[in-house]
Amino acid sequence: MYGRHLRALSLATVALMTAALALVFFYAPLEAEEGFLQKIFYVHVPLAIVSLCGFVAGGVMAIAYLRTRDARWDMRSYVAIHMSLIFALGALICGSIWARGSWGHWWVWSEPTLVSFLIIFLLYATYQPLRFAIEDPERQARYASVFAITAGAFVPLNFLAVRMSTAYLHPRVLGSASNLPAPMALTFLVSLLAIALLWTTLCSYELTAKRARAQLRALRRELAGEDGARVARRPRSAAPAIVATGQRGA
Amino acid sequence: MGVLLAETPALPLHEAGKYVAGAYVVLFALVLVYVAIMAARLHRLERELGELRERAEAGGQGAREHAEELAELPSARESTPV
Repeated sequence: MYGRHLRALSLATVALMTAALALVFFYAPLEAEEGFLQKIFYVHVPLAIVSLCGFVAGGVMAIAYLRTRDARWDMRSYVAIHMSLIFALGALICGSIWARGSWGHWWVWSEPTLVSFLIIFLLYATYQPLRFAIEDPERQARYASVFAITAGAFVPLNFLAVRMSTAYLHPRVLGSASNLPAPMALTFLVSLLAIALLWTTLCSYELTAKRARAQLRALRRELAGEDGARVARRPRSAAPAIVATGQRGA
Repeated sequence: MGVLLAETPALPLHEAGKYVAGAYVVLFALVLVYVAIMAARLHRLERELGELRERAEAGGQGAREHAEELAELPSARESTPV
């Protein structure tokens, strides 16, 4: 059951988001060089980290699907990647706004972190069209899983490659967090937790909605009999087909 | 609330303020759009569920009428010659 802890999860997310915002604006000190503009750091970096972790999690779930052939893993992988793509879009927009305020440009092509993140975003932007292009649900799930695993492995490799590059224009966060003053580090950690919890909550909502829809479709088929099965046949979709009762297989 | 606001330090909303506001508005806009999409989906689910309930009730009514008709007929045991 996906929606079992939805209420508690939602309340915890709202509470942590509120706490994070309060810390960002009323507790964390102003940064010496960038001043107030640096507050974007507390939303941009957590969005980027959570989206990258979400992509990797999608790959891990895809491995679980290929191992078990349980359609629920394919659905989880799909939702994780779908949600991470939205978060990555948020990170790109926030980063662009920060770049404009800080460097005077919306986008800097010579900056490896920005460009590599854009490459990852564009790579995952092809995930949905790939799924939609394959009509057979079983093949769709299998090919999408292979894509999710390959792309998921690319994410940390890409991250390491950028870290090892010589240009250090982009502010480093991971590995240099200890350099942050304690109030800033605390604020950053709370913001990161809040965004991660938001991702988890939205994924839970998405999974619950998809499960409810699958149950509804199954009910309709049951009520309408053979004719209904023909009428309520699942339309072509990029979303995985799941069995309402949680049975195996698509 | 007013006391709390009076006690909080003033935010330096000068040149950088619009960029910071923009970044946070993006985050909340994304969440808001997502919630709106979820609300639309929920509305559709409710409507479909209502249709299904109507169909189930209609089916149940039909089945009851059929059962009453069967009850009015002489039973197989009664009609069987002894």
